[in-house]
Amino acid sequence: MEYFVQQLINGITLGSIYGLIAIGYTMVFGIIGMVNFAHGDVFMVSAFIALIAYLIVTAWLGIASVALDLIAVLIVAMAFTSLVNWVIERVAYRPLRGSFRLAPLISAIGMSIFLSNFVQVSQGPRNKSIPPMVQGEFVLSKTHDFPVTLSYKQLIIWGITALLLLAFWYLVAKTSLGRAQRACEQDRKMAALLGVDVDRTISMTFVIAAALAAVAGTMYLMYYGVVTFSDGFVPGVKAFTAAVLGGIGSLPGAVVGGILIGLIETFWSAYFSIDYKDVAAFSVLAITLIFLPQGLFGRPDVEKV
Amino acid sequence: MAADDTVLRVEHLTMRFGGLVAINDLSFEVERGTITALIGPNGAGKTTVFNCITGFYKPTEGRIALHRGDATVWHALDALTDSGKRGIVRPDGALFLLERMPDHLVAQQARVARTFQNIRLFPGMTVLENLLVAQHNALMVASGYTLLGVLGFPSYAAAERAALDKARGWLDRFGLLARADDPAGDLPYGAQRRLEVVRAMCTEPVLLCLDEPAAGLNPRESAELNDLLLGIRDDHSLSILLIEHDMSVVMGISDSVVVLDYGVKIADGTPETVRNDQKVIAAYLGVADEDVAKVEAAVGL
Amino acid sequence: MAAGAHTGRVDMAGALRSAGFTGVVAFGLFLPLIAFKTDVDGSNQLVLTTRWPLFLALVAVCSASRFFYALLVGPWLARRALRPARPRPAWRNTIANWLVPCGIGFLVLYPAIVFFTAGFSGGQKWIDNLGVQILIYVMLGWGLNIVVGLAGLLDLGYVAFYAVGAYSYALLAKTFGLSFWLLLPLAGILSSFWGVLLGFPVLRLRGDYLAIVTLAFGEIIRLILINWVALTNGYAGIISIPRPTFFGIPFTAGDDGFAAVFGLPFSPLYRITFLYYLILALALITCFVTVRLRRLPIGRAWEALREDEIACRSLGINTTNTKLTAFALGAMFAGFAGSFFAAREAFISPESFTFIESATILSIVVLGGMGSQIGVVIAAIVMIGGTELLRELDFLKDVFGPTFDPTQYRMLLFGFALVAIMIWRPRGLIATREPSVFLKERKTISAEMVKEGRG
Repeated sequence: MEYFVQQLINGITLGSIYGLIAIGYTMVFGIIGMVNFAHGDVFMVSAFIALIAYLIVTAWLGIASVALDLIAVLIVAMAFTSLVNWVIERVAYRPLRGSFRLAPLISAIGMSIFLSNFVQVSQGPRNKSIPPMVQGEFVLSKTHDFPVTLSYKQLIIWGITALLLLAFWYLVAKTSLGRAQRACEQDRKMAALLGVDVDRTISMTFVIAAALAAVAGTMYLMYYGVVTFSDGFVPGVKAFTAAVLGGIGSLPGAVVGGILIGLIETFWSAYFSIDYKDVAAFSVLAITLIFLPQGLFGRPDVEKV
Repeated sequence: MAADDTVLRVEHLTMRFGGLVAINDLSFEVERGTITALIGPNGAGKTTVFNCITGFYKPTEGRIALHRGDATVWHALDALTDSGKRGIVRPDGALFLLERMPDHLVAQQARVARTFQNIRLFPGMTVLENLLVAQHNALMVASGYTLLGVLGFPSYAAAERAALDKARGWLDRFGLLARADDPAGDLPYGAQRRLEVVRAMCTEPVLLCLDEPAAGLNPRESAELNDLLLGIRDDHSLSILLIEHDMSVVMGISDSVVVLDYGVKIADGTPETVRNDQKVIAAYLGVADEDVAKVEAAVGL
Repeated sequence: MAAGAHTGRVDMAGALRSAGFTGVVAFGLFLPLIAFKTDVDGSNQLVLTTRWPLFLALVAVCSASRFFYALLVGPWLARRALRPARPRPAWRNTIANWLVPCGIGFLVLYPAIVFFTAGFSGGQKWIDNLGVQILIYVMLGWGLNIVVGLAGLLDLGYVAFYAVGAYSYALLAKTFGLSFWLLLPLAGILSSFWGVLLGFPVLRLRGDYLAIVTLAFGEIIRLILINWVALTNGYAGIISIPRPTFFGIPFTAGDDGFAAVFGLPFSPLYRITFLYYLILALALITCFVTVRLRRLPIGRAWEALREDEIACRSLGINTTNTKLTAFALGAMFAGFAGSFFAAREAFISPESFTFIESATILSIVVLGGMGSQIGVVIAAIVMIGGTELLRELDFLKDVFGPTFDPTQYRMLLFGFALVAIMIWRPRGLIATREPSVFLKERKTISAEMVKEGRG
């Protein structure tokens, strides 16, 4: 039982990170109908930006307060990753909007290869590990030999995820930007005719997606303390799985899907086989798409004759 | 039992989408070598009927039986229904229960061909290629399911020549021969409509279902199409079921008319009887039954 | 956008403005990852170093190229767009007619040309690294072209079938000692069996979803190859796979080897040249079969499926079978290529069958122009040959210093090229379609007509 609770805590933490990335997939798919293949690599880039920002604030500026460090790193990572994704959309996707359907997909694959190799060339192929940013934990129960713990960093991840989801929900549901976004999702041409600046709305979608990925990247770095240039692909696919599982296009779906994937992966590793944990994730992806393509919260796709 | 010359019998057809009843307990028959029009206001469920007949939708309830050959095959209908099979093929004819068949078998075995409301050609293929695709199943057999074809057997070459001749004949008849080597997507709208009919005819259908064939045509094109349809009806003793909004087409060429409103049949019969039916007029003009006389007087009927 | 780009006039102020904006963006873009570098120091601690000169140079290059683009290239493009399109000159048709026979002739004579120009020892890498490598991708591209280009089914896990072919050959040859010539067709059959097996559940899916599921299947197969150590030896891979023989005569230095039998001095070149002709033959067979299939009912049904699946069904075409044959045939050719790959390398590991490989093959098909056989060849030469040629750019060491290694930038440039070519030609190099049959005149079909498929 204790083991189970501990895995539950770990799974939700991992799932929060996936959920934040998954929102990026779901938003971009919702608005321009493309799987942004490079999104996993944007997440990886953000983890590197966070790593460098962390080294600057701790080693160079010598700020000792953990809270200040974390906030500074988070803001820097969000700002620069947003810029990266804004440029990606501008350079690699916008010229292809409304063109041949495969072109943006190939362009996104190219961008994904470019980003991971850019980081490899510019930062070197080795694993980058940092000493733990946040230490300490709550011991929740200590029966038997197995203590159930909730570490501070897990708590921070939960807290920040919840806070950001709230802010993000407000943005989408209550602001004019969110309204423009939902209008573009329904019918881009009509939205443009009614005066919505479609280009700007799509750009903002990429910026928001990147900011959330940057939060995930920072959390990932803080949680694992290590990052490498190839860390974009597998978390990217898992987050995409989460988006599909929740129903692509559905924002709460992405979060729920993320947590589900986190839990599936954690429990699979804990109870079955850690070697096959990625096989489990990919299988969930395939099974969901084949048997439940509309996901948990998505609208069913009816074939028009 | 059904009349001797019946090709299609639709009985108690009901189609529900969730809570929405698109077709409710619809029954009608199509006679051999006749043109039957299915009319009704927008949203009456006409295209849904087509989709049920051609196997694209599985009806919620009801029986759709199609027959070819000797009329005595109809006697096997109830036995066939009880047997749970899709159809029976005898030397003297065949009988199929369309609601049990997937779409491609409805076309391949029961030989029901159709066109679509929003034209569905293969736009990137030439007109001629469109017609060869329509003869796919026959050519597939001739090519030894590809094996003989890859090895270059002469029997396939002969079959392909025959298929090309057939296509050429149809194109000539429908005035499309000059455009045979152009991509289908390049044709003007009216020609695309005609090409879709030609493509359906290349499958050698027993029943041809046309979904608004005259939509978007100018009066001259529409009149030409009427003549072509009457021609193929007579020459091939083909039965045609058509959905149409253009009343000049409906009244001009159909032998019988079935009127749908909100998924329910409100009238059927010859064009003449349907034209004077009170319910039909009400459905089209959108007034209560008791006001029909007033409206009729107003519009000068 | 600078106003000059629209009017075709030189607009200095606009060019400066856009150059300045680009400079600011590039500054922000490169600041974190170029200006700073993380290194591991002696005590295994991460330390930051700075690279301000490199960073500022990159920003300057970006800004300057934007400036010249806005000043010169943009207006030139705008002027060109205004000019009326000229009809295709006759010499281009002549070239197009002679391209295929000349190309095949060149490929057949290629080893001789290489030996003549680069000598026997120098020619080896040109045949093996460049010739054989490109031909493998040409063959894979042609195989995938059936699935993606003709049938319009987007497959991102194609490399799985390549892996099945390679592992089938490696395991069966090592375990049972069967010959290459027997296992080549067997590997193809096994791959096509997997093609049907994986194709069956995903038939209902369309578009990007199909792409993602095939990607998942591809990754699952790779992960199984990694983790099923008892069968595949995991990451370490399978070594000393038997090499193909010249109809029973091995290419070894011994008395019964190829050189000894034919009374020639021993050299590895015979084997390499033999492998070259083997893959050339396999690739040409793939092409021949595909071209032939396009003119058969099955090929037309694939293309019709790509154009409109519902119309296909209304014409009595069994779309399930049609899709599965496309999957099976595409997989079969990948299986052939895979067993050739295993026989050529004599070593295989899961590393050779990553998602990047699938992406590379797919991009060759899309860059070539979907459905175009010649396009695949050109795209393979550009993408594979181009990145292989980076190995030859040793003179760059004189420019950037001795530590500069151009091959490091191979995949970086590959990714960049994918994006750039897609923006330049979204429908690929040869986007037009040749009709499979005609009555009077074969008219090329323009790209705007041809559909890309939903699956």
